[in-house]
Amino acid sequence: MDALHTFHSTRPLWALLVSLLAIPLIVATGERHRNLRETWTILAAVVKTVLVWSMLPWVLQGRVPEISLWRITPSVELALRVDTLGLVFAIVASTLWLLTSLYSIGYVRGAGEHKQTRYFASFAMCLHATIGIAFAANLVTFLIFFEMLSIATYPLVIHKETPVALAAGRKYLSFVLPAGLMLLLAVVLTASIHPGGLDFQAGGFLSGDDASRVLLRWIFLFFILGVGVKAAIMPLQSWLPAAMAAPTPVSALLHAVAVVKAGVFGVLRVTGYVYGPHLLKDIGVWTALAWFAGVTLTVASLLALRQDNLKRRLAYSTVGHLSYIVLGAAILTPYGLIGSVLHLMFHATMKITLFFCAGAIYVRTHKEQISDMVGIGRQMPITMGAFAVGSLGLAGIPGINGFFSKWNLALGTAQGGQWIFLGLLVLSGVLNAAYFFPIVQQAFFRRNPEFSSYGEASMWMVVPLALTALMSLVLGLAPNLGAHAWDLARAVSAAVMGGAG
Amino acid sequence: MSVKWTSRLWAGAGTALATLVSAVGVAAAAGHEMAQAHGDLSAIHGAATQSPDAFQIPAMVLAPLLIGVVLVPALGRLRRSLAYQVTVVVFVAYLAVALKALTTVLAHGTLHYKMAGWMPPVGIEWTLDALSAFVVLVLAVVAVMVAIYSGVAVRRQNPEREVPFFSMMVVMMLGLTGMVMTGDLFNLYVFFEVSSLSAYALMAVGDRKAPVSSFRYLLQGTIGASSYLMGVGYLYVLTGSLNMADVASLLPHLLGNPALTVALVLMVAGLGLKMALFPMHLWLPDAYTYASSTSTAIIAPVMTKVSAYVLIRMIYFVFDSNWVLSDLHLGFVVTWLAMAGVIWGSVMAIAQRDVKRMLAYSSIAQVGYIGVGIGTGNPWALVGAILHIMNHATMKSSLFMVTGIVEMQTGTRRLQNWNGLGRKMPWTFLAFTLAALAMVGVPPTNGFFSKWYLALGLAGAKQWVLLVLLVLSSLLTAGYFFRLLERIYARTGEDVGSGSARVGEAGDGGVREDGGANADGVKLAGASGSGIAGARDPGLALLLPPLLLGVGTLVLGLVNAWFVTEVIAKALPAALRIPGLGG
Repeated sequence: MDALHTFHSTRPLWALLVSLLAIPLIVATGERHRNLRETWTILAAVVKTVLVWSMLPWVLQGRVPEISLWRITPSVELALRVDTLGLVFAIVASTLWLLTSLYSIGYVRGAGEHKQTRYFASFAMCLHATIGIAFAANLVTFLIFFEMLSIATYPLVIHKETPVALAAGRKYLSFVLPAGLMLLLAVVLTASIHPGGLDFQAGGFLSGDDASRVLLRWIFLFFILGVGVKAAIMPLQSWLPAAMAAPTPVSALLHAVAVVKAGVFGVLRVTGYVYGPHLLKDIGVWTALAWFAGVTLTVASLLALRQDNLKRRLAYSTVGHLSYIVLGAAILTPYGLIGSVLHLMFHATMKITLFFCAGAIYVRTHKEQISDMVGIGRQMPITMGAFAVGSLGLAGIPGINGFFSKWNLALGTAQGGQWIFLGLLVLSGVLNAAYFFPIVQQAFFRRNPEFSSYGEASMWMVVPLALTALMSLVLGLAPNLGAHAWDLARAVSAAVMGGAG
Repeated sequence: MSVKWTSRLWAGAGTALATLVSAVGVAAAAGHEMAQAHGDLSAIHGAATQSPDAFQIPAMVLAPLLIGVVLVPALGRLRRSLAYQVTVVVFVAYLAVALKALTTVLAHGTLHYKMAGWMPPVGIEWTLDALSAFVVLVLAVVAVMVAIYSGVAVRRQNPEREVPFFSMMVVMMLGLTGMVMTGDLFNLYVFFEVSSLSAYALMAVGDRKAPVSSFRYLLQGTIGASSYLMGVGYLYVLTGSLNMADVASLLPHLLGNPALTVALVLMVAGLGLKMALFPMHLWLPDAYTYASSTSTAIIAPVMTKVSAYVLIRMIYFVFDSNWVLSDLHLGFVVTWLAMAGVIWGSVMAIAQRDVKRMLAYSSIAQVGYIGVGIGTGNPWALVGAILHIMNHATMKSSLFMVTGIVEMQTGTRRLQNWNGLGRKMPWTFLAFTLAALAMVGVPPTNGFFSKWYLALGLAGAKQWVLLVLLVLSSLLTAGYFFRLLERIYARTGEDVGSGSARVGEAGDGGVREDGGANADGVKLAGASGSGIAGARDPGLALLLPPLLLGVGTLVLGLVNAWFVTEVIAKALPAALRIPGLGG
């Protein structure tokens, strides 16, 4: 089923390295020339985004750019390959990094954050690692960048250096470090049962002949423990709400897009490109994964209802939506996978909008509790308008991109005859509406003398959040516009499910 | 008073030893002349593959050190600063020859050198194969780095003692190099003692307690050395030979003999003690903590590693590894003791308040990893063990050197006083952070790849429990290093008694008496007295060695596959060759 043809290209490497190369410039420029320092970030983000997007035509034609650097272990090369799924993730991460960088400038200056150099340098490092994860051609390369991302995120989580932030950092590490080790264990075991190579292959490279079913199940468990922490599958989710102690742009990009999506991207890689639908059906672990995802998406939505802190509510919402993606991958149906890939992209635009809004509100009014935001729509109409778009989309209202991905997920469960999961999806959609709509409703339809006059946050913040909201809207009306999200998702699904029928 | 007296004594003993060793060296050089005269001596060892000059290389590796042993004290007597300069020159020459040795061995295969022209098994043979050449290179790199660093460090911490200090350093490297290169069991013991005695002398330089802890090290180390020597005695009685290759060829006929088992156990126990294999590590924490930072920086990365190397030599090259590890179940014993050491060392490291002591305990854990690799008997695990000899040497020497710098700058080694140092000493702590991440095993640092090969080996040997323990033990390492990194970068000022700091103090409460020596902020020897507030990056001579090694952890991680395929795979014993690797 591998009709794609690969060719050598250095472009993936440059797309990977550009943010790494920006770090010395950012650090060397330092606090004295803030505008120049931010120029490096923006420049790197623009170049990275352009490079990533420039590979889109190739991938749509079925051509796969690839570059092997050198052997990182005697049998495995450090190699990058831009397949369809990888490109999807890279497009999301790099495009939203650009917007987040603009937003960050407004945020850290508006909120008067300290150690901004470290902040921007770590951000660049995170993006380097994220693109590495997206483009990794084999398990070892994937593991290296996956761990790099864990470590690079840490300085951002503890950025405020308050006791709460430090405690959040410790909690974060105590989840992601064991997870990284589980992933190491899984990769080592895979390497020992499958010495032939660890290259990702659509439809999976492991087969039932490689090892006993018991061992294969154990390895799958280690894989899921490894990537599942970042994907915040319950009961491994509690670091994510705690990590909301980080500055809002960090929550926006990393805890709605890069880090957590790296987790679900890992789930997609493991299920679709290491094990493959055939083997997963054979060893029967997919139902367990699907159940964990199903429970997570329901319980997380219920927990979100109880949160009064806006960012924490968004965090629980993220936990739930990540499990949509995991569920789509776990039920092993073509539509499920399409929905999964679409939701990986679309959830990002919606959720980052919501976080941007939360940050704008914080910088402008220093409000973090939802109960304090009554009537805020009068003061910040654009922000709250964008918030409305994002929350409607996440609830699955047609006309916004969230509807498409959820629709496909629902089709996928129906295709597999998984009526219970279909029910859970619908229930979770209702719960989404229940925890988002009151925020919007009270912002616009109740009055509060505190927010009587118009006053948005700075343009650095308003423009990015308006853009992401607009993106969600446009993609809701024409999902194939720009990134060809629909085509890409179908291509991924066809490649992975192709052999399985 | 008595302290000074003791260390003088040691230094004096060392000088005497140096003279003795240089005499041996002259004899060796003379022997070399004779060896050249009898051109056909190397016939039995496959000399056909060696270029005419290649067989001199084992002697050339020792030559700079032998010359240094004479020159450093002699010129140091003329002018004290010369001791440092000559040491650096000697070590650089040593490094150059070590590089040449490795490339020659990789190109031409194993090199044999017959000391004084006597034919083995009667004469002493020095052997350079891929394994010993690799370890010699590691020794040489650490020696050069620490020697450069020591110039300023010794002058500040132990002024007036530069000459004995650098003399001892050269003697110790000579002893260690001899241990690595020798092909003779008794000669190994001699070099064993040369390196140990000089190490005891180096360890005695330092805090108030250094002579005492060094003396404890001496007592226990002597037990270890004697145990090894007794083992050699048994072997000699059994085989009538001391040459390793010769003994190895004779042993298969003696496998049922209980005396052979006794010999093996005595040797493994002796080497295990010198290697600080759990539970024979008791000498290590005090010795490493109280010695001066330069002593620790040179001894910690190499001393235990060379013992580990000798253990590999014995189990895999002299004895039949299959018999040792499987039939005698020594593999089980060694791996589990080593794993216990990994866990115990890490847990103890978490309980420390003194950074140097924390690193000392962490050394026990790291040596444990090497022990696991040796005991498993799987080719990949052995690759991991050998690779970790190099990797741990780079990380640990960098860490100890940074600790020494902080000690000199601030006069303290207490964890609490490291708060906020990352901002004040950015380059120093860049080195520290890289090495710490390597210790935790974050890819793509070299520590990750040690773990990778060890894990691959354990998976291959189907040692599931050990595999899980090995992987999870990194969490303990992460526990004490991230706690420290958090202090270094994310906290400021002293946090004694402040509520916010209590969160991180949970681990500190445990073992009071251990960190107690410095817990009261006793001013340490050599502190420049500028205090924590005035701490800043030191000059290049102090900064560059740890920084290079810190960056080295990253570089060695990225190029690890080259070392594995080109060097370590060729260093594996014939029984454990990996198909398709190393040729």
